[in-house]
Amino acid sequence: MNWEYIHKFLPLYEKAAGLTIKLGVIGILFAIIIGLACAVIQYYKIPVIRTIVAIYIELSRNTPLLVQLFFLYYGLPKVGISTNAETCGIVGLAFLGGSYMAESFRSGFEAIDQIQEESAMSLGMNTYQTMRYVILPQAVSISVPAFVANIIFLLKETSVFSAISLMDLMFTAKDLIGLYYKTTESLILLVVFYLLILLPVSMFGTWFERRVRYAGFGT
Amino acid sequence: MPDLGLEVLLKGSNIMRLLAGLWVALRISLISVAGSIPIGIILGTLMTGRNIVLKAILKIYLEFIRIMPQLVLLFIVFFGSTRMFGWQPTGEVSAVIVFTLWGAAEMSDLVRGALISIPLHQYESSEALGLSKTQTYWYIIIPQTLRRLIPLSINLITRMIKTTSLILMIGVVEIMKVAQQIIEANRRSSPTAAFGVYLVVFLLYFLACWPISLLAKYLERKWR
Repeated sequence: MNWEYIHKFLPLYEKAAGLTIKLGVIGILFAIIIGLACAVIQYYKIPVIRTIVAIYIELSRNTPLLVQLFFLYYGLPKVGISTNAETCGIVGLAFLGGSYMAESFRSGFEAIDQIQEESAMSLGMNTYQTMRYVILPQAVSISVPAFVANIIFLLKETSVFSAISLMDLMFTAKDLIGLYYKTTESLILLVVFYLLILLPVSMFGTWFERRVRYAGFGT
Repeated sequence: MPDLGLEVLLKGSNIMRLLAGLWVALRISLISVAGSIPIGIILGTLMTGRNIVLKAILKIYLEFIRIMPQLVLLFIVFFGSTRMFGWQPTGEVSAVIVFTLWGAAEMSDLVRGALISIPLHQYESSEALGLSKTQTYWYIIIPQTLRRLIPLSINLITRMIKTTSLILMIGVVEIMKVAQQIIEANRRSSPTAAFGVYLVVFLLYFLACWPISLLAKYLERKWR
């Protein structure tokens, strides 16, 4: 261990962690929106779009993010769609995460009894109100554990961003190992920074799961 | 019709090379799954035991492995073991070590979940029926646990296959590396090859994982 190098590397890691968090948060937000939209489409069984959603979910869930990113970053420019690395990272994470989020929300929707919708209707609520005030709150609270697991999974997946030369934590670590041969210091900082990002999310998730479970929506 | 770079794959034995690359990834994931299932079952069973100290140590270890990105673990083993043990593992060996450890951690969580999902009255009822401890496990608990466990462990295989794509980053020559080589070699003759080749790699991964996912989904539904 050489503290001098740790001190020297620290700002680089801080910058890289900033990028990891930024891309992760934006990508996850898009993933949540896509996932929710897909789950609602599947819930209402809208023809045609529903099939497209099903194909998207299977394609995205059964391929690795790394392969998706390579296609987005190196493949698409060859047919004239060119984007920068950051956009690719966000699009890739949203493409991957959308399907995982969709699956977690879908299991939430599936857990809700038909009677909930019928009761809401008989109270004179329209389709939007039923969805907004009756179905969605219950479905979302049921899917919280899967949702939290997905967020951690997606934050972990951001580690492959270095493959499309984004200067994230992995990239920085690999760079420093190559430049200074300070393997131990670089790896320890890498682990510490990932723990700093992921542990709070994981702890908050556990706390949040317990809270909504005690709220006992619909059960 | 723009040139999509698909004809590059028909040149020479390119498509066979890609498939051989996919096999490298599949082989590593299958070896790792084969290793992680027994270790995961043992660790998962220990996690339901009564020894608090052992449980605490295991929990910290398993949570660490599960929360770290797999790529970080790969880096630790691949770059770190030279420093720590003076031993330089090859990329493939590092991959098998990391994925077995990671798979075992994931598996142990599945086993623990399946075991604690068996209600206490199952144990009590079989005891009331006069079954011995061995009989209780053999005839009552294990069959029920397996039904919950098998679809989830099949899912673990697809997750493992997808995760092995990371070995590119520690220099193992697998499907992505072969794809890069093919694209580089044909840079002059078909500059747009990247589109077609990466699309094919994407589809090959899909074809490898999709049937396994379907099987897991089918079993989950059948045994619910």
